[in-house]
Amino acid sequence: MIHVVKRKEMPLGKAMAVRIGIIVLALVVCGVITAIATGLNPIDVYATMIQGSFGSPRKAWILAQEVALLLCVSLALTPAFRMKFWNLGGEGQVLAGGLASAACMILLGDKMPNAALIAVMFLASVAAGALWAAIPAFFKAKFNTNETLFTLMMNYVATQLVAYFVIVWENPKGSGTIGIINQSSEAGWLPVVGGNKYVLIVILVALLTAGMFVYLNYSKQGYELSVVGESPSTARYVGIKVDRVIVRTLLISGAVCGFAGMLLVAGSAHTLSTTIAAGRGFTAVMVAWLAKFNPLIMVGSSALLEFMGHGAGEIATTYGLNQSFGDILTGIILFFIIGTEFFITYRIVFSRKTKQIGEEQGDV
Amino acid sequence: MFDFLITFIPRAVAQGIPLLYGCTGEIVTEKSGNLNLGIPGVMYVGGISGVIGSFLYERSLADPSQINPALGILIPLLCCVVGSLLMGLIYCFLTVTLRANQNVTGLALTTFGIGLGNFFGGSLIKLTGADIPSISLTATSNLFRTTLPFAESTGWFGQLFFSYGFLAYAAILIAIGASFFLNRTRLGLQLRAVGEDPATADAAGISITRYKYVATCVGCVIAGLGGLYFVMDYANGIWSNDAFGDRGWLAIALVIFTVWRPGASIPASILFGGLYILHLFIPTGTDLAVKELYKMLPYVVTIIVLIVISTRNKRENQPPEHLGLPYFREDR
Repeated sequence: MIHVVKRKEMPLGKAMAVRIGIIVLALVVCGVITAIATGLNPIDVYATMIQGSFGSPRKAWILAQEVALLLCVSLALTPAFRMKFWNLGGEGQVLAGGLASAACMILLGDKMPNAALIAVMFLASVAAGALWAAIPAFFKAKFNTNETLFTLMMNYVATQLVAYFVIVWENPKGSGTIGIINQSSEAGWLPVVGGNKYVLIVILVALLTAGMFVYLNYSKQGYELSVVGESPSTARYVGIKVDRVIVRTLLISGAVCGFAGMLLVAGSAHTLSTTIAAGRGFTAVMVAWLAKFNPLIMVGSSALLEFMGHGAGEIATTYGLNQSFGDILTGIILFFIIGTEFFITYRIVFSRKTKQIGEEQGDV
Repeated sequence: MFDFLITFIPRAVAQGIPLLYGCTGEIVTEKSGNLNLGIPGVMYVGGISGVIGSFLYERSLADPSQINPALGILIPLLCCVVGSLLMGLIYCFLTVTLRANQNVTGLALTTFGIGLGNFFGGSLIKLTGADIPSISLTATSNLFRTTLPFAESTGWFGQLFFSYGFLAYAAILIAIGASFFLNRTRLGLQLRAVGEDPATADAAGISITRYKYVATCVGCVIAGLGGLYFVMDYANGIWSNDAFGDRGWLAIALVIFTVWRPGASIPASILFGGLYILHLFIPTGTDLAVKELYKMLPYVVTIIVLIVISTRNKRENQPPEHLGLPYFREDR
């Protein structure tokens, strides 16, 4: 008989080794699949992927920026996930933040000095993201409304809201897009640091990563939200006000998402569209989960997913495949990693037949 | 006003049918306690599998207009069922056998499924060598769009009730069947028990694994048919990448809106279909922006329903108790 037993906690090092092993295996499988699809040998496939991600300094910087943006959204979702609050609304919260930023840039662009404008944009986008997350959190805390479905729906409300304003602020009229905001004055654009426009975002997100790590692991609030996640009744028993923790945590979660929205609008794209979040709200769920909600490991998991995306994109362009090829590869890698968790949490025991055991006991 | 309804309702129904398939499939799945967020991906795969099947079949013919009606329908149908079934099996293997997190698995499945749909869609488009980025399967689509012979001759009545392809009627029958199955049969009762309280069901001798597998896979097949309907009937056999849009998520919204009742999902999906296209009928003049706000309606309505059912706190309106959680017999 095959029997499944829960393991005692696997040491983190060993668990990570298993995961890295699986990622390597998944990459091999992806290479083989790509080789079949393109008729190339797998080594060339990997070479192309690396070429696509690190081929030139510019490509490497773009990759770094994309990793930072994905990481930022993942960091945002983490406090909620640690509390076992399934915030699938990252997409909408990022859009809300981006919308607020764009609104400030368009409406206040020529009315105040740049530094003040950026400060206002920061406050507005953080507030918008926080609000977008706090609405489901409030109802979760008050009436135990299902947060997975609520946050999911909020994404589409945000998308349509952005679609509305895209048409309102259309530029030029009839184009259906906003175009580059403040192209001539560059008002509200995040400043260029270190001679390249990608550096600032990377630095900001690096600081955020450290901050989130400390907040989650070394602050009282971080401890409280973990307790609520493990057991709301225990939390209540020790005097933690569960509903307040839920709303507070989601305010933080949404605020960081809103910040990511600002980075996207003011830092990299300089425009607003309904697809500006580009599925990061969903990808971030997987990034955070892969890293077991540990901000430092998340750097690795978001880098892995972005590398796959860019690498597969390069394969697609080089060999005339469809850009969606990257999604398929990402999906396969995720399936592998998701499946591995079982073998980290559980152990399969091939138990002997009862008869044999009986005989052995008879011997004694 | 009457004329308006006669043109509006059939279009709302045509919009609503893919949602109805997705919603019925997801209800059956969720009743087993699996929250399958992979449904949008499954619907893409259902659509593209059917497209691949009929594309290869149509190309194998010298003249696509001489298509064999039985094969022309059965090939895409079978491909669609197999494709969505495989997606269901991936989800079940990961969440039921390997007890993985359902949200993460579902989202990964959606990424994978949409990628698969657009990839094969794009590749087929390239095969045809056409300039337009879409595949046109007119012969197959004509079969799927065949209406009842008396639809034309019965005036407005025929337009309202007989003007749809067979998959639309199948959707309604499947929804009624699912409703009957869940509420009136022993197996349905046992399935609901698995979703509500698997430990108790397990103690009563019900195989949790088997029920979850079967319910989720059947749910995926039903949802996949929605994708097939969308391409073959609604879109006139034209596949273009990303055309299906966010309908999969809308189907999940519909599950909440109907509070897990497949019977209620028939009028509800038509209502959602109507809300989805309402912006086309609202006279806003030149103000195109307002139309975007109307598109928000289905989601806002869903959120309101979600809040209302949680505040009313009636037991029969709640999600299945064990929705989204893996079951491990030794975890007590």
